[in-house]
Amino acid sequence: MKPILQALDVRKQYANHTALDGVSLEVPEGAIFGLLGPNGAGKTSLIRIITQITGADAGEIRFRGEKLNPSHIGQIGYLPEERGLYKKMKVGEQLMYLAQLKGIGKSEAQQKIKGWLERFDIKSWADKNIEDLSKGMQQKVQFIATVVHDPSLVILDEPFSGFDPINANLLKDEILAMRERGASIIFSTHRMESVEEMCDYIALINRSKKVLDGPVRQVRDAYRTQTYEVEGRGQLMVMHPDFEVIEHKERENGHFYDRIRIVHGTPNDLLRYLIGPGNVEIHAFRERVPSINEIFIRRVRETQPDYVPDTDSVLV
Amino acid sequence: MSKIWLIAQREYLTRVRKKSFIIMSLIGPLLTVALFAVPVLIAKMSDSGKVVAVADAGGLFAGKLPEAKDDISFTRVSSDLVTAKAEFNKAKYDALLYIPKLDISNPNGFQVFSRKGLGMALERDINRAVNNAVENQRLQKAGIDRTVLDNLKADVDLQTVSLSDEGERSSSTGISTGVAYAAGFLIYIFIFIYGVQIMRGVMEEKTNRIVEVVISSVKPFQLMMGKVLGIAGVGFTQLALWVVLSMGISSVMAGSMSPEKIAEDRMARTTAVARVDTPQDKSAKKENMMAQFTQALDNADLNVPLLVGCFLFYFLGGYLFYGALFGAIGSAVDSETDTQQFMMPVTMPLVLTFVVSQAILTTNPNGQVAFWMSIFPLTSPIAMMMRLPFGGVPMWQLGLSMALLIAGFVGAIWLAGRIYRVGILMYGKKVTYGELSKWLFYKG
Repeated sequence: MKPILQALDVRKQYANHTALDGVSLEVPEGAIFGLLGPNGAGKTSLIRIITQITGADAGEIRFRGEKLNPSHIGQIGYLPEERGLYKKMKVGEQLMYLAQLKGIGKSEAQQKIKGWLERFDIKSWADKNIEDLSKGMQQKVQFIATVVHDPSLVILDEPFSGFDPINANLLKDEILAMRERGASIIFSTHRMESVEEMCDYIALINRSKKVLDGPVRQVRDAYRTQTYEVEGRGQLMVMHPDFEVIEHKERENGHFYDRIRIVHGTPNDLLRYLIGPGNVEIHAFRERVPSINEIFIRRVRETQPDYVPDTDSVLV
Repeated sequence: MSKIWLIAQREYLTRVRKKSFIIMSLIGPLLTVALFAVPVLIAKMSDSGKVVAVADAGGLFAGKLPEAKDDISFTRVSSDLVTAKAEFNKAKYDALLYIPKLDISNPNGFQVFSRKGLGMALERDINRAVNNAVENQRLQKAGIDRTVLDNLKADVDLQTVSLSDEGERSSSTGISTGVAYAAGFLIYIFIFIYGVQIMRGVMEEKTNRIVEVVISSVKPFQLMMGKVLGIAGVGFTQLALWVVLSMGISSVMAGSMSPEKIAEDRMARTTAVARVDTPQDKSAKKENMMAQFTQALDNADLNVPLLVGCFLFYFLGGYLFYGALFGAIGSAVDSETDTQQFMMPVTMPLVLTFVVSQAILTTNPNGQVAFWMSIFPLTSPIAMMMRLPFGGVPMWQLGLSMALLIAGFVGAIWLAGRIYRVGILMYGKKVTYGELSKWLFYKG
C-alpha cells in the first residue's frame, strides 16, 4: 500500500539528550498505525516534527511522497497529549476559529461544524461557553476540533488519557469510521494494550530509536512462542520430549491450568497427546499469543539484557 | 499573514466584547472628567461670600473699606466694640474685626471675633487687609502716594523662545510640560496595561493547554504576532473611545459648569452681600488671563502634526517592543507568581524613565541624560515624547531614536519569538535566565 507518511532517518537533538536517533518508518494510507513505546522514548518529539511544530535536525519527512511543508498543515489533524480549549469562547466560534486556522474557508467550515455537531448530537451547545460544559462534553468538542477540517492524516497522542470511558469508546468508533472513509490514523501511546486490537500497523520506539515495526499480525507471528494454554479436569501428565510444561496450576475439583510449549511438532500433535490416555477432559485449548507489550520487552531485552520496564509501560 | 490576521481578530474580538473592556471604556473618560470637574464642583458647593464686620475705632479704614476679594467682603459696623458685638450677633456676620485706637508706628491690639473659628484663608485675608491699610497710612505719613509705589513694582512676564536650526519659535514651558507629561503618561500606562494583557494571554493559552493545538496549525511566531497586534487594536480602540467620550462628556459639562461661569456666580453673590460695585478692572484682568492662556497655547507653537505623528509612532513602537518581551515572559513561566523575576528587568527602564522624567526630562529636556534616554530603545518611547513638546530636538536625534526603536522591536520580537516557541511547550519547569539564553539558540 502507498504510504501517506514516511520518516527517513529522522534525528532530533535537545540540549542534553537525543530525542530521535535515526528513526525511519512508513505509515500506510488508510490504516491505523500505532506508535508505541514507554514515556520519554521520543514519540511526542516525532509527532511534533510531523505536525511541523518543530523541525528535525536531520532526515526528512515525506507526506504523500512530497517533502513535508506548511501546505500539508490543513491535511493533518492533531490531538496533542497536552490539550485544551479557550474557556471563555463559545463552542461554535472556537471550532470555527480552529478550522479557519487550518486554512478552510468560513462557509465550508460552517457546514462541517454543523455536520459534526449533529453527528455527536450536541447542536444545542454551539452557543455555550466551553467553561460551562462538563469535562466529557469538552472532550467531544476537543475531538471535533481535531477532525473538523477532514484531515487525511489524524494524529492522536495518548488519546485515551483524560477521556472518560464513554468518550473513549466514542473515540474508538469514530476512529474506525474515519478509517472506513479512507483517513489514516497515527496512535501514539505508552499503554500498548489499549490500542493493539485496533492497530493495523505498529512501530515500537525505545530510547529514541525504532525497535520494531510492521503489520501487527506479522509482528505477532514473528514473536510466536509455540506456547499453548490448556484448561481441563483430571490428572494431566506430560512426559514427552516434544512438549515442555512451563506452568502448571491445580484448581479446585480436579481442574487444572497449564502452559505448554511445543518444542517439536504441531498443536494438533499436542492435543492428540493430551487426550490420548483418556483420563483427562479438555475444556479449553488456545495459543498463548504474545501481547505487544511482551514483544516490546523481549525485543528490548535482546539489546539490553537488564531492561526492567517502568511500571507505567507494564501491561496490566 | 492571513493567519496572523485571524489570530489578531480573535484576540481583538474576545477582548472588546468583555464586560471589563466596556466598563473601562466608560469609566476612563468619566474619571478624566471627574478629575477636572470635582474641584470645580467643590468650589461651587463651598459656601458663598463671607462677610467681615469692621468695628473701626482707630479709623484705620476711615477712607474706604478694603475691596471685596475672592468671596470675602467687608462691611462697617459701629466702632464701639460692645454695640459692634451686638450687631455682629444679630446680622450673622462671619467675623468681626475690631480695630482699636492705634499708634500707626506701632499698631497692635487688633481683634477678630468669630462664631466658629475663622479658617486659614479668611484669617489670612483679614490680616492682609489690615496690613495694607497700615502700610497705606504709613505711606501717607511719609508722603508717598500708593499709586506711585504700585508703579514702581515690577511684574514682568517672560516669553520663552527656543532657538533652533529651524529658526526661532516662542514656547511656553508650562504647556510643554503638560503635553510632555500627558504623552509620557499615556504611553507608560498603555504599555503596562496592554503589555501585561499579552503576558496573561500567553499564560492563559499555556495553562489551558490549547497552545499545542493552535501551533500545529500556525507558527508560534504567527501566534505571538497575532496576539500582540490584536491587543494593540484593543488598546487603540480604548484610547479612541476615551478621547471621544472624554471630549463628549466634558463639552456637555462645560456648558453647565465652566470655571468662568462659577466665578461669575460667586462674584455676583459676593457683591450682593457686600453691596460694593464690581470693579471693572477685575473682569478685565480675568479676560486678560484667558487671553494669556490661549495666547500661550498659540505661542507654544507645539508643531501639533509632528507631536501627534511621533506620539502614535512611539506609542505603537514602545508597545510592540515591550509587548513582545511581555509575551516572551508569559511563555516562559507557568503561573503569575513566577513572572516577578522576569518582569523586574523588563519594566525597570520603563518605570525609571517615568520616575526621572520630572527631575531630568522636563527640567532639562536637551541635556545629556535626556538625550541618551531618548535614544535608547527601552526608554525612548517615553523619554522622547517628553522631550519633543519642548522643541529643539534635532532631526537626526529623532531619526536615530526612531531607527533604534524599530531595530529594537525587531530584535525584541525575534528574541521573544525564540523564547516563545520553546517556552509555550515547556510545562511544570521553573525557568532560569541561563535556561532562557539556551532557548535562543535551539534549532528549528
